[in-house]
Amino acid sequence: MSEPMPVSLTVNGTPVTVTVAPGRTLLDALRWQLDLTGSKECCAQGECGACTVLLDGRVVNSCLVLAVEADGREVITIEGLAVDGRLSAVQDAFLAAGAVQCGFCIPGMVMSAHYLLADNPRPTPSEIREALSGNLCRCGGYNRIVSAVLAAAEAGRA
Amino acid sequence: MNARRISASADMDAGQVGTSARRVGGVERVSGRQKFVADIRLENMLHVKLVGVDCARARIISVDTTGAAGVDGVRAVITAADLPTPMPRFGPVYQDRPVLAVGETKFHGEPVAAVAAETQEAAEAAAALVRVEYAELPAVLSVAAAADPAAPLVQDPGLRPASHLAETNVLQEWQFGWGDVAAAASEHVVENTYRFPMVTHFAIEPHGFIAAPDGDGVRIWSSIQHPYALQSAIARVLALPLSKVRVFAPDPGGAFGGKQHAKFEPLLAFLALRTGRAVRLVLTLEETFQAGRRTAFEIRARTGFSADGVIEFQDIECDGLLGAYADIGARVVSKATYLACGPYRVPDARIRVRALLSHTPPATAFRGFGTPQVCWAIESQMDEAARRLGIDRLEIRLRNLARKGERVVRGDKPADGDWAQSVRRAAEWIGWGTPLPPGRGRGIAVGIKGSATTGASYAIARLHADASLTVLAGTSDMGQGARTVLAQIAAQELCLPLHRISVVMGDTATVPFDLQTSASRSTVFMGTAVQRACAEIRSKLAQLAEEAFSLAAGEATVQDGVVRLPTKDLTIAGLLDEVFGDVRGEVIGVGSLRGEKAAGHPLGGPPAFYEFNCTAVEVEVDRETGELAIARHITVGDVGKALNPAQVESQDEGAAIMGLGHTLMEHLIFDSRGRIQNLGALDYRIPTSKDVPLELRADVLENADGPGPFGSKGSGEGGLLVIAPAVAAAVTEACGVTIRDLPLTAERIWRALAEQR
Repeated sequence: MSEPMPVSLTVNGTPVTVTVAPGRTLLDALRWQLDLTGSKECCAQGECGACTVLLDGRVVNSCLVLAVEADGREVITIEGLAVDGRLSAVQDAFLAAGAVQCGFCIPGMVMSAHYLLADNPRPTPSEIREALSGNLCRCGGYNRIVSAVLAAAEAGRA
Repeated sequence: MNARRISASADMDAGQVGTSARRVGGVERVSGRQKFVADIRLENMLHVKLVGVDCARARIISVDTTGAAGVDGVRAVITAADLPTPMPRFGPVYQDRPVLAVGETKFHGEPVAAVAAETQEAAEAAAALVRVEYAELPAVLSVAAAADPAAPLVQDPGLRPASHLAETNVLQEWQFGWGDVAAAASEHVVENTYRFPMVTHFAIEPHGFIAAPDGDGVRIWSSIQHPYALQSAIARVLALPLSKVRVFAPDPGGAFGGKQHAKFEPLLAFLALRTGRAVRLVLTLEETFQAGRRTAFEIRARTGFSADGVIEFQDIECDGLLGAYADIGARVVSKATYLACGPYRVPDARIRVRALLSHTPPATAFRGFGTPQVCWAIESQMDEAARRLGIDRLEIRLRNLARKGERVVRGDKPADGDWAQSVRRAAEWIGWGTPLPPGRGRGIAVGIKGSATTGASYAIARLHADASLTVLAGTSDMGQGARTVLAQIAAQELCLPLHRISVVMGDTATVPFDLQTSASRSTVFMGTAVQRACAEIRSKLAQLAEEAFSLAAGEATVQDGVVRLPTKDLTIAGLLDEVFGDVRGEVIGVGSLRGEKAAGHPLGGPPAFYEFNCTAVEVEVDRETGELAIARHITVGDVGKALNPAQVESQDEGAAIMGLGHTLMEHLIFDSRGRIQNLGALDYRIPTSKDVPLELRADVLENADGPGPFGSKGSGEGGLLVIAPAVAAAVTEACGVTIRDLPLTAERIWRALAEQR
């Protein structure tokens, strides 16, 4: 194992430098170095989406990105969505739709929904299902989650 | 001048019972602030990694920890030799599970050693250096193998010396029934064997545990459903008084029965005491799969029918395949099979049941608690009888369904709902009896699950000087929304707005005893305890008012959140200000509900209520590929009263989707050495957003006929009880094949279609 090295990146708008071993993931750096525990770890192989964050505006599984790969790049996590304590339209829509049960998948789900709406502000239900198909929810909240994303899209147009 | 009449606060409507109040804790969950066990950081915390062997059953010859102990940062490497002799064992019913494997491993993934180190990397590196010399032994992996008298014994007979079954792999056996099945004869007898495989809970939050020394005791953090059961297990293995074991149970990130009982908390407790440090173990998803799973069932059912489809007898043999340790598996098997005749009137019944041990991960509770397995067989029998007798599949159910007050089990609690209402609602929505295009089929099925039987729940409500309220309850909020519903009950009882109420859970040093969060019991049991605690507050307030204003007993009352005196009204805060003054104080109410044991009852007591469900689906089968799509799906629950309709419906929707998992795609596959072949998210599929029905509806019937607050019954399991037989019957109608082994994968349907050609 090689020595830890410094990695400089911007997280939720704030420039930070962390020292991580080359083998550690971005998810590890967020959770352990920066204490941003909103991104969750479940499968650790890119299948469940619980660790979803935005990297330079693109949606990624942070368990599949090495921390060193994020050097010089911009990361947005679930903690970075609320502005001045005000929830984003997507976050608010999730609550209003009753789409949140245990909540463990929700940060990743919300991040995927944000990316979808940035990319496609007027998604159809089947586009939403497709876009969220990499985020597993065992409480089975999918239909309410799809409704929430539709409502957030609607709110974005208003 | 004070107005004589005061009415309750204007912002009440937000939280009243019967409204879909927003989830308490919702903001934390959408913003990433909710702290699950894996998010907790203690000072000086060590990281733990488990060490196992690469097969299910092995004789452990030696464990060499030298290499591991030499890794930089390693603080402890423990094996069975480092633990007390005899090895401490634990379990909710049978104390059979060792803290670490001793002598022999019993299932793949059972740890033989554990490493604690300063970093996760060091723990993992050291774990890889632990050298375990072992001799692989033949493993018992199936019902047939476990039942073979020549099979190796899974469990040491010395663990249950009093049992006449100790020299077999049968952990326990039961015979339920009534009437005389041996003498019963029917014109039409339907006889089949059904299989329901092992599936895994796959809560998105893997199991996580922390333990830390705490003076002369320990503190444990666990994503556990039953903090008080865990407290008792830890106290037992460490020989500590309960008061020296403090369990913190942060809200689990999904549990579904998989987080009911202790797993590696006892091991961590020993590690914490040995190192004098906090120790943390968060399982990988793969390790979580190996930590517990649903009980597999094999059911041979022989059902007698009259020519017009009336059930004349049920003769059922049921084998539940447990794992290497009992956990709560035997209770799953007995409780589900006790109701194996379903929601029907059955004149003669014989239900012969065995719970078998095997060299597989421990079988534990899983949403539905064995009922989906039993319903798979019984409801499929109803469909087969209907097809054979030329009776409509809805009609045959309505003909046999117990009416309210009729017995489903002789001598036990009668039907407690108008169940036919639910069936008609589902049938109407799915368009039962209307024409279908080719390749499509419909199915409808019904089921009941027995709720909690016995058990105690205590709640404390603390009314503060400003008339805000803190409720202390030992329930775990694992996604079902218990915190919200308990707050709503208190809001209703004391006429307080929801935002002035806090519900505290998950700390055995703070909240009073609750037996468990399971069996859809919390609304009924803990809800009643909270209601009673609030009632005690009301009567204490009235008493305080009578003392303060020199009134006779009974002259003051508390109604709609207002203290009513003969001459004037006071707000609750006004009264508290008046009586407490600068000395301050609070009013404490205590409430409880105890379900006591009923002598002689095979399950310890009758169910508090039945959770009834009717599910109907319309499916489409692709004859070329065997692929199945659910076009429309309705689940109807008889819930008594939905205290929070949105939460009840989302629970039922979630249960329905989870049930589609075991119906269509999920099963654990073992190789001959007892290793799970589809370990992890890549190879074990659960439903995604693309697998859900295009139209899914969760309906509830509210007749306020439940034993809980405001006539509520429990809910949240109903949606998955009978989804498998409903879908299977729809497949038969769509393409003519009948499948009796779950799951209904495209491959199985395609093979059955190929054989049919």
